[in-house]
Amino acid sequence: MVREQPQQQQQQQPVSQMSYTVEQLVALNPYNPDILPDLENYVNEQVSSQTYSLDANLCLLRLYQFEPERMSTQIVAHILVKALMAMPAPDFSLCLFLIPERVQMEEQFKTLIVLSHYLETARFRQFWDEAAKSRHIVEVVPGFEQAIQAYAIHVLSLTYQKVPRPVLAEAINIEGLSLDKFLEHQVANSGWILEKGQGRAHQLIILPRNEFNHPELKKGTGESVPLQHITRIFPILG
Amino acid sequence: MESTYDYDDTVKHQQQQTDLGYDPNFVPDSVKSFVVHLYRHIREKNVYEIHQMYEGSFQTLSDRMFKESPWPSVDAISQYVDQDHVFCLLYREMWFRHLYARLSPTLKQRIDSWDNYCSLFSVVLHGVVNMQLPNQWLWDMVDEFVYQFQSFCQYRAKMKNKTEQEIALLKQFDQAWNVYGVLNFLQALVEKSQIIQILDQEKEGLEQFTATDGYDYNGGSNVLKVLGYFSMVGLLRVHCLLGDYQTGLKCLLPIDISQQGVYTSVIGSHITTIYHYGFANLMLRRYTDAIREFNKILLYIYKTKQYHQKSPQYEQILKKNEQMYALLALCLSLCPQVKLVEETVNSQLREKYGEKMIRMQRHDEEAFALYDELFSYACPKFITPSPPILEEPLVNYNQDAYRLQLKLFLYEVKQQQSLAGVRTFLKVYSTISVGKLATYMEVDEPTLRTILMTYKHKTHAIDPDGKVISTADVDFFLDDDMIRVIESKPAKQYGDYFLRQIVKLEGVMTDMDRIRLE
Repeated sequence: MVREQPQQQQQQQPVSQMSYTVEQLVALNPYNPDILPDLENYVNEQVSSQTYSLDANLCLLRLYQFEPERMSTQIVAHILVKALMAMPAPDFSLCLFLIPERVQMEEQFKTLIVLSHYLETARFRQFWDEAAKSRHIVEVVPGFEQAIQAYAIHVLSLTYQKVPRPVLAEAINIEGLSLDKFLEHQVANSGWILEKGQGRAHQLIILPRNEFNHPELKKGTGESVPLQHITRIFPILG
Repeated sequence: MESTYDYDDTVKHQQQQTDLGYDPNFVPDSVKSFVVHLYRHIREKNVYEIHQMYEGSFQTLSDRMFKESPWPSVDAISQYVDQDHVFCLLYREMWFRHLYARLSPTLKQRIDSWDNYCSLFSVVLHGVVNMQLPNQWLWDMVDEFVYQFQSFCQYRAKMKNKTEQEIALLKQFDQAWNVYGVLNFLQALVEKSQIIQILDQEKEGLEQFTATDGYDYNGGSNVLKVLGYFSMVGLLRVHCLLGDYQTGLKCLLPIDISQQGVYTSVIGSHITTIYHYGFANLMLRRYTDAIREFNKILLYIYKTKQYHQKSPQYEQILKKNEQMYALLALCLSLCPQVKLVEETVNSQLREKYGEKMIRMQRHDEEAFALYDELFSYACPKFITPSPPILEEPLVNYNQDAYRLQLKLFLYEVKQQQSLAGVRTFLKVYSTISVGKLATYMEVDEPTLRTILMTYKHKTHAIDPDGKVISTADVDFFLDDDMIRVIESKPAKQYGDYFLRQIVKLEGVMTDMDRIRLE
């Protein structure tokens, strides 16, 4: 399934052409400490250009793990914020597995871990409250809010056919007139439907159908046989 | 085989060895005959005989004569094998392996063993090696290399009891078992052997590798190719030891584990591959992938166990078998897809962990403690790859890596702990209102909504291509305030069934054609 993403919310772009060389560096030298500065620059580039490469970031965390004295906590913080933005993928945990516990004890990382916990358990109200208190950590990374909203909408559309307006408002942290505008946009661009005939507080939003909120859309996966298995009977057929 | 020996102990130990009459220069006739024959078989590329001597004679002699002492030194035997450089490296590799398995290596010996691997792998990588060695032996080399690295990291991390001499040695030989060195050797073997390209070409029928179990019947050598192949499994393992599960699985990608392959030709390699593959997937929350592969290999071990009883790896097989049941219990507790598990495996699992698994479904401290217990029992021996900081007060840090992985795993468990409760209710209702279910679960409505969304998030994994894959055993959707439960009907796999039957029928027909009626 493709996650429904409103157009105005820019998801992190795939790695751009310019960064190709860093990707190549990682592929050719996965265990070479000399590429550490390149990878650090690359993290900053991902932040400013709103791109993302998990593999490059894991490679950098690995080099930090081998040579802890070279670790820059600021870079690590950027990597973790980017990983949060990649939800629902498990990237945040993948990064934490590589970061020594004593580093995780630092205040900014503790905050990020709490934020991740709220997202993992879909407690969006608490998440936005906590994020508001930690603007200095998350707002340095452009696109943060939009990425989390995209994740929230992803979880909502896995769960709901029709979502009550207040539930949506809480999850994406948009209210009142802004929410009206947001909904208008979604209706026009992403196939959302507003159920009529009720007051605003009781408004229901019909989310686009997918196989997870409309089970009848699920394809019969039982009937597909990979070609490789069929090749086994080629000699017989021939 | 973790060594807790400090320097003094080791000296004592060595003296004991001498007291008991160990003379590194004394070569008994049986050993002389062993090396002479082994050397000859290697030169004649007689893989069958090499395998017999390697698996049979070496173990028998070790049991009979070297139970508590090392084998004769390489210098003492080299005169019987034309001082052959490569043979001496191979002999030393076995020498150290035997030492690690039966005695406790000293720091100096650990360093010497590292040097020996460097020389051996360098010869394979840069020299023209013209041997044909049994897969079992080549697997053992990679396996032992990674094991000794792990053992060294554990040893080095216990800094509290180190003597000044040991610290001086650690400083002097700071490149020994260096994590970059270890990874780069494995990586170099993979690259230089071009094994990834070979496996690719094999898919197109341009190359044979799996069909000949990696052996070369055209006069070439299998050593680099097969070492490269097993090094991919070695990399998976090292990355798991480091907590880098994503990268580990990536290293294994060229091997198609849904099929038989060279990795299944050696039981130790088969088990190591699946154990780490399954563990990595457990940590990545891809529970169904882990369950499927654990199920397959546990069934395989169950059926073939008896054939390995005499193997030197038998104990290791049993231990990994038990650990994988524990991992399977963890996976199924988080993702109760019991229908993926075959009946034999399931009944074994119930016998071993049935009662614990029921308690793990609860939402309390005891359940939590059980997750802790099973994880700690079954996880790999995690390592901290960086050397100690010698300027600071020396502390033991050998538990750090394990504690971190455990803690993060338990985070995940905690996040999922209320899901078992929801599951129970979803199984008995086809529709229920949010309000009613909230009352039953003794939470308020907003909390229940977050639990339901958590359930959806945790049961919908992201596959390597970024696609959403449902792993839910019970699923539902929300229509405003109503929860509608989706009945899950298992999709029957007719396709595979028919394919198997077609092949079977063809076999029967071929057999019948052969019968000549008088």
